[in-house]
Amino acid sequence: MSDQLDLTAYENKSLLRFMTSGSVDDGKSTLIGRLLYETNCIFEDQFAAVEKTSHQRGDDRVDLALLLDGLAAEREQGITIDVAYRYFTTARRKFIIADTPGHEQYTRNMVTGASTSELAIILIDARHGVMTQSKRHGFLISLLQIPHLVVAVNKMDLVDYGEEVYQKIVKEYSEFSQKLDIHDISFIPISALDGDNVTTRSEKMPWYQGHTLLHMLENVHVSADKNFVDFRFPVQSVLRPNLDFRGFSGTISSGTIKVGEEVAALPSGKESRVKSIVTYDGDLDEAFAGQAVTITLEDEIDISRGDMIVRKNNLPLVGNEFDVNLCWMDEEPMNPRSHYLLKHTTQKVKAYVSGIQYKIDVNTLHREDADQFTLNEIGRVTIKTARPLFFDNYRVNHGTGSFILIDPLTNRTVAAGMIRGQARDVEQVMRTQHASNRQSTNIRWEGGVVSMADWERRNGHKGAVLWCTGFSGSGKSTVAKALVKSLFGQGCQVMMLDGDNVRHGLCGDLGFSDQDRSENIRRVGETAKLFYEQGNIVVCTFISPFQADRDFVRSALPEGAFHELFIKCDLEVCKRRDPKGLYKKALAGEIKDFTGIDSPYEEPANPEITVETDLHSVEEIVAELEVYLRQLKILQ
Amino acid sequence: MSSYTMTHLKQLEQESIHIMREVVAEFKNPVMLYSVGKDSATMIRLAQKAFHPGKFPFPLMHVDTGYKFPEMYEFRDRHVKDIGARLIVESNQEAIDKGTHPSRLGNDKCCQQLKTHALLGAIAKHGFDAAFGGARRDEEKSRAKERFFSVRDEFGQWDPKNQRPELWNLYNADIDGKESVRIFPLSNWTELDVWQYIKLENIPLVPLYFSRMRKTIEMGGIIIPHEYLDTVDPDGKLGLTDDQIQEVACRFRSLGCIPCTGAVRSTATSIDDIIQEVVDARRSERENRIIDLTSDSSMEQKKREGYF
Repeated sequence: MSDQLDLTAYENKSLLRFMTSGSVDDGKSTLIGRLLYETNCIFEDQFAAVEKTSHQRGDDRVDLALLLDGLAAEREQGITIDVAYRYFTTARRKFIIADTPGHEQYTRNMVTGASTSELAIILIDARHGVMTQSKRHGFLISLLQIPHLVVAVNKMDLVDYGEEVYQKIVKEYSEFSQKLDIHDISFIPISALDGDNVTTRSEKMPWYQGHTLLHMLENVHVSADKNFVDFRFPVQSVLRPNLDFRGFSGTISSGTIKVGEEVAALPSGKESRVKSIVTYDGDLDEAFAGQAVTITLEDEIDISRGDMIVRKNNLPLVGNEFDVNLCWMDEEPMNPRSHYLLKHTTQKVKAYVSGIQYKIDVNTLHREDADQFTLNEIGRVTIKTARPLFFDNYRVNHGTGSFILIDPLTNRTVAAGMIRGQARDVEQVMRTQHASNRQSTNIRWEGGVVSMADWERRNGHKGAVLWCTGFSGSGKSTVAKALVKSLFGQGCQVMMLDGDNVRHGLCGDLGFSDQDRSENIRRVGETAKLFYEQGNIVVCTFISPFQADRDFVRSALPEGAFHELFIKCDLEVCKRRDPKGLYKKALAGEIKDFTGIDSPYEEPANPEITVETDLHSVEEIVAELEVYLRQLKILQ
Repeated sequence: MSSYTMTHLKQLEQESIHIMREVVAEFKNPVMLYSVGKDSATMIRLAQKAFHPGKFPFPLMHVDTGYKFPEMYEFRDRHVKDIGARLIVESNQEAIDKGTHPSRLGNDKCCQQLKTHALLGAIAKHGFDAAFGGARRDEEKSRAKERFFSVRDEFGQWDPKNQRPELWNLYNADIDGKESVRIFPLSNWTELDVWQYIKLENIPLVPLYFSRMRKTIEMGGIIIPHEYLDTVDPDGKLGLTDDQIQEVACRFRSLGCIPCTGAVRSTATSIDDIIQEVVDARRSERENRIIDLTSDSSMEQKKREGYF
């Protein structure tokens, strides 16, 4: 780094926030110390100090872990007791590390560190293999929806750099991770102590063909993880410096917005247009998620802190009772009878825990009954608020799907919550399923001559996207073809998008990695949207194993337009059917990443409709689907 | 989608602005601590951005020990006037009158009297419930665990083991009457980030940061400008004599009180030079600040007592 720098490159770096977790002995501090050291982010005097301490202790090597111990108490105990933030930089990226302890009593700290991380590193000691806590960390990372996980198998020097040891850990952890909701997992064998595969390729592990850890950190693509679809602008404050200016300041939680776009303020529902997007550095034409801006509107409407500005045709959910995953963070246990203050986006509202479904044993992932949560416990509860909140599912929107609970007596932050959705009992579910007043939002075709309403009037039915998801061989295509044929016969404007067909052309450049699968679904979703907007009933048949991808397509469409059809069939039946002979190949190892064999399938959490092809005939199912379409007035 | 990305500086800036707006919305009477250094200068620019087109709705407060460099006082008064901010200056006058000095009391006690005591007195006097500080987590080991919102009891004390967890961008600003909160909007910035931002934003600074030839006396690796020798060593304890004077190119990497701030050898006369130097640096920024060296845990001790 002593060479003359390209300072411009340094100014245009991107930023990656990641967390590291592992137990006291997994070598986490050594790894971070190594990253800081190798990227020249340790200063000479700091290095001299740890060198001195190492020698005093009688170590023959400089203990890089000593660079990280912050507080006197833990220096004495030799352990990390809290989340500490560390920084290093390369010419490509600045890195913020949330360094969190791994032992049991500090789940709270790990959740805290995870909440702002875009990537997580789990360290596994090669000698000990996959331990309970490695699984616990994976579970928490999945719960907090960190999009990228790197499993670093450390201390390879102590197992003679053996590939078998490494492969065994990879296999075991991969199997475990199928139970989790993590889309991108990579593995890497390292020795943090000696630096193998940390910033430079290890000569001692020629069998490892992948990238170094630093290379992964520098290159992981994170901007695509953000939600740029659903515009959500929680108002932080109303800025009124003089009589001529009234603006709404805040940070855009998700989505994008342009000057001139139609917006609505919640909860009032008043509509207006964006007049300007003001910043100190000049007005913007367009702003996007993560930007802190001040928005002015064409009309004088009453908006205050805690309100949310959104696009008229893309609204968040609203409700005062919802299902959440909750992590309890206070010494004082949860009291289901007391009121807490819930801070969500920029507002605070009184709330209480109205029901506890279960707590999760983070070691076994088993669900257990509970009357309350104590420190470091996690589980599913129902929260009721004094007034309705505007929120989204945490999975699709971290900003509007997360909250904290504050104890009004102690002012402490006692819990962190991730919203799963509206609390629904059976009766409500039935009502939604058969709601006859469900209507597709009015969409204007940008610059088009023919409006969606015109299309629908001529077609004699409404547009809809019917998304069939299920295992290969579950009967998606069979059901879809029969449905399309029947609808065609009734004069419907119908369109079918099938997994195999798009793979030939539209998505011919994509493979079957998790990332490519997601991209495949994204393209299909966008295509379906275009046809939907011209009034078609679009029947899509895709394995689409990940809820996040299906949710993405849902979020890209107006509310009520997307119908998730879960084509349910026992995996064993699918394997027996094996219409394309794919299961046979996958089981023989000829195809990799095959859903149901060595790649996970996430069953839909709340599908609009579920059909079971191993129990009912195709004709019965088609009839059932048409009844559903009539109930929703998609068909007349 | 690639157009919806921000550089690291832009992301840090947006985070700081979000925090400042949150503080103004949640607290009744915030203040921004102003130490006249580069971090304060950066914080002020962020405050200007956060509340544009208005002025930032809180005063600046300089806790003056009386030992700051003359260039700092001059710059402070001019800059505050230029940006139209309100400045409060507070000191522990009693201690200053008694001649409190590190060479007489020891560094720790001197800081305790002139900084911590003065700061806590000023916060109580004005009834501030939130005070922005420019501290960064990369400055010092115990600061690495500091929160954005750091709750202090009625004596301004920090309890590192009893901190509130901070999740997502949801900050808990609730406190009881006598408590207050220190806010650190630059927590995630590093020294390099600050310098890059100063360059990008063209932020004015005290000239002491830039190198020039200065008459100095070197003592135990610390470079003391000759003109300040009497302030550093009022009682002549160090026994330094004029024949030790050397003319060296030097600058100040961070600015504190004259007796506790040494210069470093440097030829950096521009921001670009400084950035190059920071990237090359193998010495940490506060090293020339004598206050951190007393014991391995000295900063943590000070923080517990209510210093920053």
